[in-house]
Amino acid sequence: MTETSPTGQTVPAAPVAASGEGIGSGTPQAPRPTLLRDIMSGSWLVSVLSIAVGLLAGAVLIAAADPDVQATLSYFFSRPADFFVAIWQTVSEAYLALFRGAVFDWQAQSVQRAIRPLTESLVASTPLILAGLGIALGFRSGLFNIGGQGQVILGAIFAGFFGYFLTLPAGVHMIIAVLAGIVGGAIWGGIAGYLKARTGANEVIVTIMLNSIAGYLIAYLLKQAWFRQTDSGNPQSRNVDDAASLFPLLPDPFRLNAGFLLAVLATIFVWWLLERSTLGFEFRAVGENPHAARTAGISVGRVTLIVMMIAGALAGLAGAAQVLGTEQRLTMGIGGSLGFDAITVALLGRSRPVGTFLAGLLFGAFKAGGYTMQAQTGTPIDIILVVQSVIVLLIAAPPLVRAIFRLPAPVGKGAR
Amino acid sequence: MKLELRGITKRFGTFTANDSIDLVVEPGEIHALLGENGAGKSTLMNTLYGLYAPDEGEILIDDRPTTFSGPGDAVAAGIGMVHQHFMLVPVFTVAESVALGYEPTKGGSLLDLGQARQKVRDISARFGFHIDPDAVIEDLPVGAQQRVEIIKALSRDAKILILDEPTAVLTPQETDELIEIMRQLKSEGTSIVFITHKLREVRAIADGITVIRRGKVVGEASPESSESELAGLMVGRDVHLTTDKKPADPGDATLLIKDLTVVDRVEQVVVDDVNLEVRRGEILAIAGVDGNGQSELAEAIIGLVEPRAGSISLDGTDLAGLTVKQRLLRGIGFVPEDRSTDGVIASFTIQENMILDLYDQEPYAKGLQLQPAVIREEAGKRVAEYDIRLTSIDDPISTLSGGNQQKVVLSRELGRPLRLLVASQPTRGLDVGSIEFVHKRIIAERDSGTPCVIVSTELDEALNLADRIAVMYRGRVVGIVPADTPRDVLGLMMAGVPQDEALARVEDGSAATEISAAEEDPA
Amino acid sequence: MSTSTQTPAPGTRLDGAALRSPIDWKYPIVYGVLALLTLVFMGLLGGSSGKSTTFSFAAGTDLFSIPPLTVASQPTVIAAGIVLVAMAAIATWLATKRESPGIWFPVVFGVLFLAAFLTWAGADTGRIPITPLLAGALALSVPLIFGAMCGLVGERSGIINIAIEGQLLAGAFLAAVVASALKNPYAGLVAAPIAGAVVAVILTFFAIRYWVDQIIIGVVLNVLVVGFTNFMFSTVLTQNPEMWNARQQLPVLPIPLLGDIPVLGPVLFRQSILVYLMYIVVAVLYVALFHSKWGLRTRAIGEHPKAADTVGIPVNRNRVINTLIAGGIAGLGGAFFTVGSGLAFGKEMSAGQGFIALAAMILGKWNPVGAVFAALLFGFARNLGNTLSTMGTPVPSDLLLMLPYIVTIFAVAGFVGTVRAPAANGKAYAKQ
Repeated sequence: MTETSPTGQTVPAAPVAASGEGIGSGTPQAPRPTLLRDIMSGSWLVSVLSIAVGLLAGAVLIAAADPDVQATLSYFFSRPADFFVAIWQTVSEAYLALFRGAVFDWQAQSVQRAIRPLTESLVASTPLILAGLGIALGFRSGLFNIGGQGQVILGAIFAGFFGYFLTLPAGVHMIIAVLAGIVGGAIWGGIAGYLKARTGANEVIVTIMLNSIAGYLIAYLLKQAWFRQTDSGNPQSRNVDDAASLFPLLPDPFRLNAGFLLAVLATIFVWWLLERSTLGFEFRAVGENPHAARTAGISVGRVTLIVMMIAGALAGLAGAAQVLGTEQRLTMGIGGSLGFDAITVALLGRSRPVGTFLAGLLFGAFKAGGYTMQAQTGTPIDIILVVQSVIVLLIAAPPLVRAIFRLPAPVGKGAR
Repeated sequence: MKLELRGITKRFGTFTANDSIDLVVEPGEIHALLGENGAGKSTLMNTLYGLYAPDEGEILIDDRPTTFSGPGDAVAAGIGMVHQHFMLVPVFTVAESVALGYEPTKGGSLLDLGQARQKVRDISARFGFHIDPDAVIEDLPVGAQQRVEIIKALSRDAKILILDEPTAVLTPQETDELIEIMRQLKSEGTSIVFITHKLREVRAIADGITVIRRGKVVGEASPESSESELAGLMVGRDVHLTTDKKPADPGDATLLIKDLTVVDRVEQVVVDDVNLEVRRGEILAIAGVDGNGQSELAEAIIGLVEPRAGSISLDGTDLAGLTVKQRLLRGIGFVPEDRSTDGVIASFTIQENMILDLYDQEPYAKGLQLQPAVIREEAGKRVAEYDIRLTSIDDPISTLSGGNQQKVVLSRELGRPLRLLVASQPTRGLDVGSIEFVHKRIIAERDSGTPCVIVSTELDEALNLADRIAVMYRGRVVGIVPADTPRDVLGLMMAGVPQDEALARVEDGSAATEISAAEEDPA
Repeated sequence: MSTSTQTPAPGTRLDGAALRSPIDWKYPIVYGVLALLTLVFMGLLGGSSGKSTTFSFAAGTDLFSIPPLTVASQPTVIAAGIVLVAMAAIATWLATKRESPGIWFPVVFGVLFLAAFLTWAGADTGRIPITPLLAGALALSVPLIFGAMCGLVGERSGIINIAIEGQLLAGAFLAAVVASALKNPYAGLVAAPIAGAVVAVILTFFAIRYWVDQIIIGVVLNVLVVGFTNFMFSTVLTQNPEMWNARQQLPVLPIPLLGDIPVLGPVLFRQSILVYLMYIVVAVLYVALFHSKWGLRTRAIGEHPKAADTVGIPVNRNRVINTLIAGGIAGLGGAFFTVGSGLAFGKEMSAGQGFIALAAMILGKWNPVGAVFAALLFGFARNLGNTLSTMGTPVPSDLLLMLPYIVTIFAVAGFVGTVRAPAANGKAYAKQ
């Protein structure tokens, strides 16, 4: 696969960047793009509607799989109202549980328990935001980094190992372990970047392969005594030292930790990188038109390598946040499906740092709420995957959303 | 077969590409459709071929109104088309290419390539094409690929053949061969619609000429019309492509190219042992038919391709091993041949495009930090200086016309002190006004003492701009001649005839006959 | 004729030393590393001195049986290592002359290396059962081969399909559910392609109608199928497993005579109808792709859709049809996980095989036969890993299981010949 066009339609062109406060240029000034203007411009409307359709699709599945609903269907023609009541009950129960698990639990006995869901959503969104930023950075640079999964795993391996293997003072140990996670992810991303830059190897294929390799690598390591440092019968490692753990932001029982701060900082960093730095100018130039970038003296190979390393580093950070913050030890499932979730997060966020952050919050909330929903109503959390993928499919095809809701097509800028 | 178009109108959004065009092609006629780039010729022919549906008007074949819902209908009606960009699958063999879409089959749906091969051999023999049915398309030279396209059309019994800019990619002798083929086709009763913007070819072959400009028919002409008459019709006003310039005042030779050889991806020599010197304050034009190594020569100077042998030095330093960026920083300004691919980034704003190769230099950046305010201010100045027509410098550059986009490129490349300017096809696709502007700017740069290398396939441009002209053919410099060399001589040199011989032949007055006689072997 | 002045044609003058293309060191390096690995680490330092390795070939009902073969481990490995080193030297010598050895060379090298590896790994561990090793490899290859065929039909038509994984899973799911509900494994076999094709419908709908990037749709579709099948598994299938997820197995249908050939017979011809279908699919695809009208058109729309359009071939319609056919093929592959193996449906049971299928397609250079061999190689590596780990050899199976992926990375990085995808792959086509 040589020339894929990874940025295609779904990853929108770079937003108007370098739009600082100009003076005296004599040309008409375009309004500075703002969040508000973005919301009004319609792409946000498409996002919101996509989310609505996604939830609706989930509702259909929840209702269809529910035995009560199925039961009412057998006598639908005698008492159709029962059928709709059953659907309403099942779906609203599930989604209310989702909300209570994700945002605010008004049924909780204490204030602490009532607001805990929101913090759980932030915990769940932390790795999604971090890895999503890595994917978004790749998209903007014209690289389709499917390798978030492997990069997360490598980040976790490095961060985890440095987190329990070394003995260092608190703080220092945490920083070292986090840096190790960054390095681990950067190496894994860098392999794909290096091969693409040197040999033109398609990054989609290479990163897919690296994902699988990372999966076997962690399986292998978790069988090696020197690595595991524990006698546990399960394939898992020793717990990371307290000194290496990401410090909690709130007292027990809250699990919110410094990982979320990392996510916020990373978002700001990626925004600066893309919109305000010379490096980001190169990234975007290569992403939009590698030929012109090359002619302008930008080394496409170098950009490819750097982007993949930074993207990998961000995913590695996600892995580090998982192992040093939430999980505290390495397991086979440490990466979960983070890598692929991150792709959906970046797509929903339209590859922009702030958008990715918000998309990460949303999907994090889905995840946190999903567990509550599963525990309280028996609706499997897997429904969240369906909702997410429907959302992203729709986001990628705005004309379809407009057709569904009979919205007018946006007024395009003259192209000639 | 007689073909008639009545009132054909085709719009793309608000842009009218064809505005009620009438055209009649008599049986057995070679009819030239003459017009500048972007005049709407190709749109008209794509409409005729069923690729576009016309918004208004009708197509008549032998006086019967016909509608085409796709190319298949057009082919069935006896229309064949040779596109400017060949519609050939590079990895197919000739036989497969000819079979595609009209596959001879055996035993149900198995391909009968034997039959296709025979067809290729038959047609090839009838017209002396020398095409091997089992050759793979991508291995064939351009001229041969064009003949495959003609075989494709003839194999479907085309009675009317549309040739869209067929000579754009051909060498002069390949062009002569094509003209011979066209004559032969005509003698067998095939009508030909010949789309071009090259005046000389039209006069050499056409029976009737229709000139279109900005989507409208502006006149019919006979082949006896003079070139200036035709050109006048084509561009709509008297062409005067002479930009006033002072005589050159050349200084030292600062760009030295020695024994330069460039090899392409498939190990073909594209620049072959080239030696050139360019002095400060002079313009050296590189003339030649497209694809004779000029582009690669320009790319080697800026560092986009690594030469296999030889050296390039500027101001006494060897450029070998320097990256594009390092060369730009040494003061090389580069205007790339293909503006939309290499010169600008369509989705970037105008101001971003103005710093495309300066973004990390003071004052546009400090360290890693871009300086948006400075960038904006500088862009505003350039817009005024180069008279770039725009709404806002925050719009994507794709909202600008080609001429204004090229002004952005020039403002970027000429807006800093240069030690060398390399411009490839600096006015390709521009309107006359913009051409004049670009030429003036390049001459001003020369007058400020910069050595300039201008690659142009338009002989007129080379003659207008250059102080000296180097003619390239098949990767070699055939000769370097003064700017007042007669066109005939340059024409012969562009066909590979060395300078002395070309001069001698022109003085004999035997040039015209010799051109066609000289190329009996198309290799 | 005064034409002595013609300059030579381009490409004819590559004699000067400076103009010669650089020596290609990739193959010599790869051969050299593998040869030294064999000779030094497996042979001299392999710790197998005095041990012996036994290969067994028997499998029940052979017409005649081949006796087990026992060799002394270390001398055999060292001998093989020396031959490999010699071959690497030949490859190096040829490389300096800018020549490359014939196609037999890597094949012989590979077989020898493999033999040496097995001899080393199987030293004093009990017999290495060749027939089950090969039979298991074929079994593991079945979904890969179906998946690779799906991928290459799509990509030959210009549609990148990352959703093979999802199609396999959907096929496995529907095959299990339908077979279970109708108490008939063959019903599952009929249902499976439908599931794959449904995924393909979504793929083409978004790719062709809405021009969404095909890689994105593929990735998202995988998530969607995982989410959907997991959800259904946890709800409907778990609520009533006897009805919806009871095991059904396609019976083995031995082919007379062919099935009795020693070693190969049991491997190839004592299989279920699904495997025979696979043979047919591969053979038909090969012929169709390169020798039929359909194949010519398919390759044209994948390489240069506009050229196809100008001769009246409806590009997008053909792309849709081909992608649906491809989806059906992948769905069949999915059936192997459930009715083909006699298993009930389990969460995410395709376990990344769709991605290996993609790799096999690339390694096979988009050619059905090449893809089959690549898939067999991957299946073999995986089964070897399983076999060796149960035999208690010194090779960690996880590392062995990485092998197919590493080989594929080397392949796309250009170490294993040039890999050239169809030119219009992944690009939406629209008439102006």
